[in-house]
Amino acid sequence: MTSMIEFRGITKRFGRTDVLSGVDLSVASGSVMGLIGPNGAGKTTLLKLLLGLAHPTTGEILVAGQRVGNDESYRARIGYMPQITRLPDNLTASELFDVIRGVRAPSISIDHEIIAQFRLGDHLDKPLKILSGGTRQRVNAALALYYRPSILVLDEPTAGLDALSSTTLKDTIRARRDEGATVLVTSHIMTELEELCDEVAFLVDGRVGYVGSIDELTTRTRQVSLERAIASLMIREVA
Amino acid sequence: MNGVVGTLARTQARDALRSRWLFVYTAFFLVVSEALLRFSAGDANAIVSLATVTFTVVPLGALVLSTAYVYGAREFTELLLAQPVKRSSVYAGLYLGLAAPLTCGFLAGVGLPLVVRGGGDPALRGAVWTLLGVGAALTLAFTAIAFMIALGVEDRLRGLGIALGVWLLAAVAYDGIVLAAVAIFSDRPIERPLLALMFANPADLGRVLVLLRLDVAALMGYTGAVFAHFFSGASGAIAGATGLAFWIAAPIAAGTMRFRRKDF
Repeated sequence: MTSMIEFRGITKRFGRTDVLSGVDLSVASGSVMGLIGPNGAGKTTLLKLLLGLAHPTTGEILVAGQRVGNDESYRARIGYMPQITRLPDNLTASELFDVIRGVRAPSISIDHEIIAQFRLGDHLDKPLKILSGGTRQRVNAALALYYRPSILVLDEPTAGLDALSSTTLKDTIRARRDEGATVLVTSHIMTELEELCDEVAFLVDGRVGYVGSIDELTTRTRQVSLERAIASLMIREVA
Repeated sequence: MNGVVGTLARTQARDALRSRWLFVYTAFFLVVSEALLRFSAGDANAIVSLATVTFTVVPLGALVLSTAYVYGAREFTELLLAQPVKRSSVYAGLYLGLAAPLTCGFLAGVGLPLVVRGGGDPALRGAVWTLLGVGAALTLAFTAIAFMIALGVEDRLRGLGIALGVWLLAAVAYDGIVLAAVAIFSDRPIERPLLALMFANPADLGRVLVLLRLDVAALMGYTGAVFAHFFSGASGAIAGATGLAFWIAAPIAAGTMRFRRKDF
């Protein structure tokens, strides 16, 4: 299978701290990869480098063969769902969709059903400041999926979502994967990653400690679940 | 305005126009202008007082509101930067989306009471236009300076502290510092260095430009007196306007460079 996303020798230093030190990682086209690791392992930094929000100290990132750099056009492929985020208080959800559509391209293909799937129809014309945290997170999810991106970058996507919305999101991610989309997702909820991921990458201290399928990991660590397998890897790292 | 910059600027401006702080900012100038025009002894005194308020409050409002805005919009900025848009376009859209409503708030607050009075004393219209123009220019300049501060300092409280420090220096302490320099170097020819000092502070420059139109040299401060000595008539206005234009362009350029390189 061809790679949709490739991280090659990525290091990232903030001041004197090495957040990432030599990350090599490849995400196959049409697959779901989960990024796992303890807090501060560099998961969010890796996503930010992919999105061009931060610049690698060394190394390069390729998206569909295009080098991530000064040319921002590669991001047209990407739908990004950040962790619970603060959006402009006085705008409505509808205006937010419009502005993102305006900056991407007015003629872009849109998945109108996503609004209904996330039960946002009644909330579109309300200011974002009066929406609950969970509803705002549903707006976030819908924003990432609305433009039918071929790559989904999801940072703790189900944080703050109720059970129904969380299930809707996971079903949508799987459906998009089946349609050929590539997904890179971080989460601390291991059962969620077990449901979603074809492969996982375990980041620790800014480097990749494991990359492969969940079955291979559980077999190798002789554990019954992803959560236990990851805990086992973390214990080994500490030791 | 079309394209990405226009879309972002309109969106941000809409957000600002619905916010309470812009209403309070505009209402403040409206109430102060109306009160000064109604109760001062003559329109010239009212304009002088209004200029003093403008050169204190406009830098404060622009610095504090803009710094807080940049920190508050950080996550939205990240969401925008994750789209296929140039960083410079996002910066321009965010800047214009805040600077334009602030400028309109100032112009409406100070201008409406004058419009209601048919423009006031015809002999003072030049000074009024200069005050409105300088107030707008200071809004643009200090908004750009605030963007530069907030983009360069990660910690929100520290950033706001630096913004307040810049305001204290530019709008409150500057003339005192200049006077101290005059006293210390009184035995040397310091007119030209003082002229440079005046151009080094947009608030001081703006104040002198307005007061020159009112011919009230006693209120200009030492730098103003020196400026009046070197530049009279059109040359003074052109030199001052060029100085203010630099104070708008330079922080915008520096902020754009910082925004392009910044790690979010």
